[in-house]
Amino acid sequence: MPKINMVQAINLALSQEMEKDDSVVVLGEDVGVDGGVFRVTDGLIDRFGPERVIDTPLAESGIAGFSIGMALYGLKPVCEMQFSGFSYFAMHQMESHAARLRWRSGGRFSVPMVLRAPYGGGVRALEHHSESREAYWAHTPGLKTVIPSSPRNARALLVSAIRDPDPVIFYEPKALYRAFREDVPDEEETLPIGKSQIVREGKDVTLISYGASMRPVLEAASELSARHGIEAEVIDLLTVSPMDDELFTGSARKTGRVVVVHEAPRSFGPGAEIVARLVEKSFLFLEAPVRRVTGFDIVIPLYQRETEYLPGPERILKAVRETLDF
Amino acid sequence: MPRKAINLTCKVEYLSILDETGKLDKKLDPSIPDDLLLRLYRAMLLARRFDERMLVLQRQGKIGTFAPIKGQEAQVGAAAVLEPGDWLVPSFREMPSELWRGKSMESVLFTYGGYNEGGYIPEGINNLPVSIPVGSQTLHAVGLGYAMKYRGDKSVAMVFFGDGATSEGDFHEAMNFAAVFRTPTVFMCQNNHWAISVPRSRQSHSKTLAQKALAYDMPGIQLDGNDVLAVYAGAKEAVDRARSGGGPTLIELVTYRMSMHTTADDPKKYRSEKEVEEWEKRDPIVRFEKYLRGRNLLTDAGVEEMDEDVRNEVREAEERWLEQIGKGVDPLDMFDHAYAEMPPSLRAQKEELERELSEKKR
Ligand SMILES: Cc1ncc(C[n+]2csc(CCOP(=O)(O)OP(=O)(O)O)c2C)c(N)n1
Ligand SMILES: [Mg+2]
Repeated sequence: MPKINMVQAINLALSQEMEKDDSVVVLGEDVGVDGGVFRVTDGLIDRFGPERVIDTPLAESGIAGFSIGMALYGLKPVCEMQFSGFSYFAMHQMESHAARLRWRSGGRFSVPMVLRAPYGGGVRALEHHSESREAYWAHTPGLKTVIPSSPRNARALLVSAIRDPDPVIFYEPKALYRAFREDVPDEEETLPIGKSQIVREGKDVTLISYGASMRPVLEAASELSARHGIEAEVIDLLTVSPMDDELFTGSARKTGRVVVVHEAPRSFGPGAEIVARLVEKSFLFLEAPVRRVTGFDIVIPLYQRETEYLPGPERILKAVRETLDF
Repeated sequence: MPRKAINLTCKVEYLSILDETGKLDKKLDPSIPDDLLLRLYRAMLLARRFDERMLVLQRQGKIGTFAPIKGQEAQVGAAAVLEPGDWLVPSFREMPSELWRGKSMESVLFTYGGYNEGGYIPEGINNLPVSIPVGSQTLHAVGLGYAMKYRGDKSVAMVFFGDGATSEGDFHEAMNFAAVFRTPTVFMCQNNHWAISVPRSRQSHSKTLAQKALAYDMPGIQLDGNDVLAVYAGAKEAVDRARSGGGPTLIELVTYRMSMHTTADDPKKYRSEKEVEEWEKRDPIVRFEKYLRGRNLLTDAGVEEMDEDVRNEVREAEERWLEQIGKGVDPLDMFDHAYAEMPPSLRAQKEELERELSEKKR
């Protein structure tokens, strides 16, 4: 099994799906000749040609609406938003049309498209290049919002997203694009959308997170175990919406203590939904208030202040200790 | 030379074939077969009668807010150019075209009566459901066109939108994408002179809407939108060009919204009776009827019979609709088709409502 990074893993998913199915097309700004500003679509145009790897004009609503039309005709477009911070232009097409055409037409039409976008901080980027606004998409009925956390699950989830009959928002943690390598099998691998995973078992406290925040969460969990003998159970949501609450409410019933971690601003963030489900389904088992370690309710600052903004291992450790000491 | 003229061919034509008195410009006659002429006339009449009937139903409280199309019936000339494999992408002012393409009147009543069923377009009819977010559907017709081309299908996507829609970004993005990728897309702008209360002159400073095509380097033409022959001829040219790989066209149908924007609107607040009266003289049905009578394709008795027939068709559709809604609908199916497969969290919500409803019944 070759060890590859997340950029290569996503590229692998795209090229293998394009190989298998000629209805899969890739489109976006600079995705063709340039291979994307993060090189995620590198080389695809040489293999599949400019009809299938489409350099589009610079217009995000256009890209999304154009993809919807293609999907209505039976293609499976995978469109790229160069940065999630520019995807707001596309939101209206996704909300008003992609998300509801199946429902509006009683199942006659469907929009099997994927909208990929790099999200999150940690790469010393310009303004509008670091935010984490998955909650916007997650709030829209009819969409699925998927966020991988490693090369292997990114590859498997993207394959599933492309094959999914409904529109999928695929947020890629750009801080993890080249952060580490992982064994990714060359053979086909998928992961179910709408299912979370226990990535580390434990009995003392439950840590719930996804995407870029999984790294500091796992770091904190190792530290807790190595230094304090505290065994944290770590849950990776993988799909933010529709949210799978079975695993994490079950885990909360076991540990009685929960910390939720994400980069997105706290108020109305995915963590709020997680806490609500915990209250609805595990209330009587909770031994301490659920803590949220998240971005603050401000625009993510430019990178000189980014470290203080982003939830890092220390902040997570502190929240865990407070939860345990409650 | 630091400063010189760039050679651009800028040409926007206006085409009208039947004048207000029903007189034909022979040189421009699109030579439509007689039976098709009569079918077009009937479709326009049906749309008019159905529209009138819906206004009554709305006033009686049997249906909710609806958008009348009175005065814009000649659009069927464009829909008539399409083949079944082509796609119609309508806004909310295309009832006549939708019916032409096989959508049922019941289906329209479902929509305006507040039933989701109105959007359930049957298999085999390539109409998208109506699009309410103004201008947004233009992009779908470009994506459809790209996919047709990609699949090597010789089909065309025709998208309708209003004069107001030409101010939306999506319209411009769609025009641009269509031109860049040379998609088989026909942009059909119904310039009915009003976007609710805002007149055409406030919507755009351009002399014509058709000229917006020039910026994207695609053909643009203005048609007399109350002349079904001009609409047919102009649309045919554009559809043929698209089908044979010649790319997109922007067509501006110059027409008039003779009724209110929707039944929730009072046009007296913003436009004069006199303006409406002027346009009534250009009524697309009256003009076409004069022409057909002149050619002896229609007689007094023929018109009367057709009108009777069309009214019956409307009544029968209404009856079928009443019968269908009389059976009631299941509120629980609002959860269906949100996703191909219902997620567990949504299933739980459906069960929640199911319990609530069964408790109420008890
Ligand atoms: C994006 C959007 N903004 C506002 C509205 C509310 N609205 C509905 S129709 C309309 C006017 C549309 O004018 P036009 O495009 O000329 O079409 P017409 O109604 O004349 O057929 C407006 C403002 C809407 N449906 N969508
Ligand atoms: Mg208008």
